[in-house]
Amino acid sequence: MTLAGAEQAVRCLSIAALVCGLASCARPDSGEIVLEFWAMGREGEVVAELTRDFEARHRGIRVNVQQLPWQGAHEKLLTAFVGDATPDLAQMGNTWVPEFATLGALAPLEPLASASALVEQGDYFPGIWDTNVIDGRLFGVPWYVDTRLLFYRRDLLAQAGFSQPPRSWEEWRRMLVAIKRLPGAEHYSILVPLNEFEPLLLLGLQQDEPLLREGGRWGNFRSPGFRRALGFYLELFEQELAPRATNTQIANVWNEFARGYFAFYITGPWNIGEFKRRLPPELAGSWMTAPLPGPSGPGLSNAGGSSLVMFANSSRKEAAWKLIEYLSQPEVQRRFYALSGDLPPRRSSWEGSELGGDVYAAAFREQLERVEPTPKVPEWERIATELRVVAEQAAHGALTADAAVSELDARADRILEKRRWILAREAGE
Amino acid sequence: MKAAHAGWVFVSPALFMIAVFFLLPVLAALGLSLTDFDIYALARLDNLRFVGGGNYLRLLQTPLFWKALGNTLFFVIVGVPLSIVASLAAALLLHSAVARGKAIFRTALFAPVVTTLVAVAVIWNYLLHTRYGLINEVLGWVGISPIDWLGDPRWSMPAIILFAVWKNAGFNMVIFLAALQSIPEELYEASRIEGATALQQLRFVTLPSLAPTMVLVSILTMAGYFQLFAEPYVMTQGGPLQSTTSVLYFMYEEGFKWWNLGSASAVAFLLFLLMFAVTLLQSFALRRWSEP
Repeated sequence: MTLAGAEQAVRCLSIAALVCGLASCARPDSGEIVLEFWAMGREGEVVAELTRDFEARHRGIRVNVQQLPWQGAHEKLLTAFVGDATPDLAQMGNTWVPEFATLGALAPLEPLASASALVEQGDYFPGIWDTNVIDGRLFGVPWYVDTRLLFYRRDLLAQAGFSQPPRSWEEWRRMLVAIKRLPGAEHYSILVPLNEFEPLLLLGLQQDEPLLREGGRWGNFRSPGFRRALGFYLELFEQELAPRATNTQIANVWNEFARGYFAFYITGPWNIGEFKRRLPPELAGSWMTAPLPGPSGPGLSNAGGSSLVMFANSSRKEAAWKLIEYLSQPEVQRRFYALSGDLPPRRSSWEGSELGGDVYAAAFREQLERVEPTPKVPEWERIATELRVVAEQAAHGALTADAAVSELDARADRILEKRRWILAREAGE
Repeated sequence: MKAAHAGWVFVSPALFMIAVFFLLPVLAALGLSLTDFDIYALARLDNLRFVGGGNYLRLLQTPLFWKALGNTLFFVIVGVPLSIVASLAAALLLHSAVARGKAIFRTALFAPVVTTLVAVAVIWNYLLHTRYGLINEVLGWVGISPIDWLGDPRWSMPAIILFAVWKNAGFNMVIFLAALQSIPEELYEASRIEGATALQQLRFVTLPSLAPTMVLVSILTMAGYFQLFAEPYVMTQGGPLQSTTSVLYFMYEEGFKWWNLGSASAVAFLLFLLMFAVTLLQSFALRRWSEP
C-alpha cells in the first residue's frame, strides 16, 4: 500500500516537473532569460503590451507578467518573501517600500540609478522620488503617481455664489456651509468615506508637525497640527456637511455625484476617466478638479503611487534593471498613461502628451509639486488603519477629539514598541 | 509478529500523517504564540523575543479582542438557535405529507449552501442596501423607515446573522430531513391510535427521535459559527465601527495583514480553549436531555 503510494507520488512529481518544464521554466539550452514580473490590478492587465515591445528590443529576454489582485497583493508579496519565492521585479505600492526594505527583501538601486542615462532623478516629482528613499538608500523607481485632490461640482459651487475652487481651509469652510444651505432634496457638501483613512491623513500631512516623532519611535497625534486637522475633519460630520457613510453604502459614487448628493469628493486620478465615462453628458462641463486647499493657502497632498522594485534574491538583476529603465522612459510612460490612465512620475512625460492639455489633469500636475510621503516605518499601514478606526469612532460621536488623539498616540506607541526596542538595540551594538 | 504489533503497523502511516500535518503545526503554533514573531523577525531571526504569556496577557487587555469575542458570541448565541429552528422548520415542511413540489423546494433551500459565498454576498449587499435595497423597500410598505443594515453598527450584526442563517440553514435541513425519514412510521400510527394531535406528535414522537441528530447538528453549527469569518470579510470588512469584527477576522488581520504571527497564534489558542469548553458543556447538557 505505502509502497504503491510512494511510487504514485514519485510519478506525480515527475509529471509535475515535466509540466513545469514545458509551461513556465526557462529552457536552459535556448539561453533565454525569463524575468518574473508581478504587477497588480489594472496595471497588470495592460503592462503586457509594453513588455512585448521590450522583448522585441531586447532579444533573449522574455518577461513573464503575473497579475495580482490589489486586495491580496501585500499578503502575496510577504508570503513570497517568507517562502523564498519572490519574483525578479515587481510593482509595489510606494507606502510598502519601507516595510520590504526593512525586511531586506529589496535590492538597493542607487548605484544603478545614478549610472543610468534613462532614469534621471531630477526629472521626477521630488515628493514621489522621496518615497523610495529609506534611510538614505534608494529601493525603488517611481512608476506612476497617485495623489488625491478635490473633484467638485462647478455648477453647485456657482449656485452657492463661488466662481473659484477653494485655496485655503477658511474659504473651503465657507463654501461647504453655503452648499449645504442650497435648497433642494437631502444633500451634503462633501463625501468623506469613513472607511478610508486618506482624507484625514491628507489633512494631517498638511501640518507642520510630522505624524510620528523621534525617527518614527512615537506617535505625534497630540501635536497642535494634527489636533487642528482632526478638528476640521470632525466639523464636517458635526455640521452635517458630510454624510456619516462608508464607501460601501454609497452604491454608485458617480450617480450620487451627478444627482448633487454631494459637491466635493477627495479622490485620485483614476476617477478622471471614471467621471468622464460615467457622468451623464449634460454634466460634462459641470465638474472640475482642483488642488487641495491647505490650512492657509494651497495645501499638500499624499505622495502615493507605485514603484518598480527589484528583489534582493533575483539572479537576473541586470535584465530586471533594463526593464525598469525601459518602463521609466517618458515615451513609454506616455503610452502607459494612455493604456491605464495612471499619471506618470516624470515631468517630461507630462509634456508633449495629451496629458499636458487635459484640463482635469492640470490640477494633478500642480498638486504633484506639493506632495508629502507618509512616515517611512514598516508599521505605518497599521497605524493608518488605527487612524481610520479612531476617526470613525470620533465621527460617530463615540470619542471626543481630545480623547481620539490620545487614543491614537497610545495605539501608535503600542504598535511601535518593537521598533523602539530594535532601534535601541542597534544603537547599543 | 504479535497481533498487537500488527495493529500498530497498520495504523502507523495514518498516525504519521496526523503527526506531521496536524500535531506538529499545532505544537509549532503553540511555540509561536509564546514569542513576538512579526515582520522584524522575518527579516532577522535575532529580532525574535520570547515573551512567554505576554501575547495572551496583552490580548486580554486589547479592547478590540474583547469586542471581537463579544461579536462572535452574539453571532453564536443568536445565530445557532435561529439556524437550527429555521432548518428544522424547513425540514418539517418538506417532510410533511401535504407539501407539494418537494424537489423544487429542497433544491431551492439547499442551493445557498453550495453557492459561493462571495457571489451571494454581492446579491445580499444589494438586498440590504439602505436606499435601493429590496428589504428596505418591503419594510417601507408596512411603514418602517429605511434601516442602514450594513452601515449602522447596531444593525450590521443582525444583517450578517440573517445572511448567514439563510446561507447555512440548508445544510442542517438536509441532515434533519434524513433523520426525519428514518423515524419509523409505526410510532406515528401508534400515537394516532392513542389520539395524539399533530402538535403532540411533534412534541412526543418527532423531537425525541431527533434528539441525537440535534446534538450533532448543534455541535457542528456552533463550531462553524464560532469560526465566523467570510461573511464580515466580504460584506463589511469588520466595520462599521468594528461591529462585525469576529475573533477569526481579528486573528486573520493580526496574522496575515500585519504579520504578527505570535499574537495571531495566541488568538487561535484562546479561541480553541473557548470552543472546547463550550462544546464540552453543550454535549454534556444535550446528552442529559436526550437520554431517556
